[in-house]
Amino acid sequence: MKKHISHIDRSTAVISIRDLYKSFGSLHVLKGIDLDLFKGENVVVLGRSGTGKSVLIKIISGLLKPDKGTVQVLGEEVDKLNTKELQALRLKIGFSFQNSALYDSMTVRENLAFPLTRNKPGISDDEVEEAVKQVLEDVGLSQAINQMPSELSGGQRKRIGIARTLILRPEIMLYDEPTAGLDPITSADINSLINEVQELYHTSSIIITHDLTCAKATGDRIAVMLNGQFNKMGSFEEVFDSDNDEINSFYNYNFIEGGSA
Amino acid sequence: MKKEPGSGKFKLWKKGAHLFSPRIDRFSMKIYDIYKFILRFFKEAFVPPYDFKEIIRQCYYVGYKSLVLISLTGFITGLVFTKQSRPSLAEFGATSWLPSLISIAIIRALAPLVTALIAAGKVGSNIGAELGSMRVTEQIDAMEVSATNPFKFLVVTRVIATTCMLPMLMMYTAFVGMMGSYLDVHSKELTSFRAFFHNAFQSITFLDISASVTRAIVFGFTIGMAGCYTGYNATQGTQGVGRAANSAVVASMFLIFIEEIIIVQIVNAIRPI
Repeated sequence: MKKHISHIDRSTAVISIRDLYKSFGSLHVLKGIDLDLFKGENVVVLGRSGTGKSVLIKIISGLLKPDKGTVQVLGEEVDKLNTKELQALRLKIGFSFQNSALYDSMTVRENLAFPLTRNKPGISDDEVEEAVKQVLEDVGLSQAINQMPSELSGGQRKRIGIARTLILRPEIMLYDEPTAGLDPITSADINSLINEVQELYHTSSIIITHDLTCAKATGDRIAVMLNGQFNKMGSFEEVFDSDNDEINSFYNYNFIEGGSA
Repeated sequence: MKKEPGSGKFKLWKKGAHLFSPRIDRFSMKIYDIYKFILRFFKEAFVPPYDFKEIIRQCYYVGYKSLVLISLTGFITGLVFTKQSRPSLAEFGATSWLPSLISIAIIRALAPLVTALIAAGKVGSNIGAELGSMRVTEQIDAMEVSATNPFKFLVVTRVIATTCMLPMLMMYTAFVGMMGSYLDVHSKELTSFRAFFHNAFQSITFLDISASVTRAIVFGFTIGMAGCYTGYNATQGTQGVGRAANSAVVASMFLIFIEEIIIVQIVNAIRPI
């Protein structure tokens, strides 16, 4: 069970996806996806590697264009927006990448200040410094402010990656495999951080993962993606109380054979 | 019947259908892609906000960081060229023409070309590898999703830096090359510094200098564009980074030689006989 109670407003969908299709050449990745993310909710998209989970959030953030279907984010249809409108919308969306995607040539301070100074040209140095320190405190890494990304551990990089998105105070967070490549203890820390972000910043999030522990700890709702479609959607218990062999084998591997929980 | 704009073969081609053979189509698509990339540069370079701080930082990397290599190469070029030319001129008792010959060779031809080839190897590969690495590690995507325009920050600044710094590096190469030449002439003929440079600049015209500066500007733009294009569009992981760096050097060198031929033809047509 998720450890804290989310304040979900089920009357307001911040992301609304209808009949979404995406192919790369002859490879059909998404085959008719429907999803609503409600305000204040954490939805976990669970599935095996290569099933198109990351493609889904790249379409939501406008990095990829869908072949068919509609994606509405905060009431705006993403692929119909011009560059300026898309940039304005992206200020409200935070994207945490699988490999953190920190800028190698910049220190942690510069990494965090970069989106702020680029998007708020009039902001003073003091305001930037204050925002950087605040967000570092929120992710528990105040001491790393002058370090280079290459000096950070995997877990610290993830935290800084999340901090860099939080500095713009987004309404929606998209996490791409937040616990991939981390040990169980650091993964648990990241899961707690995702929940803290939801509480502290009042964000609605889509969390892409194949880690059931992460799904259980962070998700208000779980959507299982099989063969480019959502096979089952509901609470963790509802999803895994299933007759579907693929879903059951996923559960068994994670919690029994894999033993990660 | 009147055709709708954007209909027909071209529209199908853009959607992936083949107009000719797949290889010709791929090549044509690449040319179209490069054309769009260059056009985007001109669209974004002149629209505020301007990244002056980043441009200066890139100028530092392109210019200052290349100085050691440029100094060494320029000096040796001038020295060796003088040593190799002396016996031929000595046969006709014309060693006093050495400063003029060297200045014409260095300022008209060698300085822009040597500088451009060194910059293509050092700066071009560096830009290709850096942007390629940023692309495959999703750093460019990260900029895009944080509502920043990565093209403006990464490409425009680098291309402006290479375009501005190449003429300066070219002039520096010419100066260092002339110093190398002077060292040899002075050691053999005891020619004074003043007499050497007086003689050298007698044969140089404003057209020679302006043509060399123009060439350096064109070469700088080419190196920046080739590095940025290959890096910005890198794919397939670490292998793609290596390929981007390599393609940046090969493409810039190939284009530099073609541009050199074209500009020399134009300058020779303008030059009074």
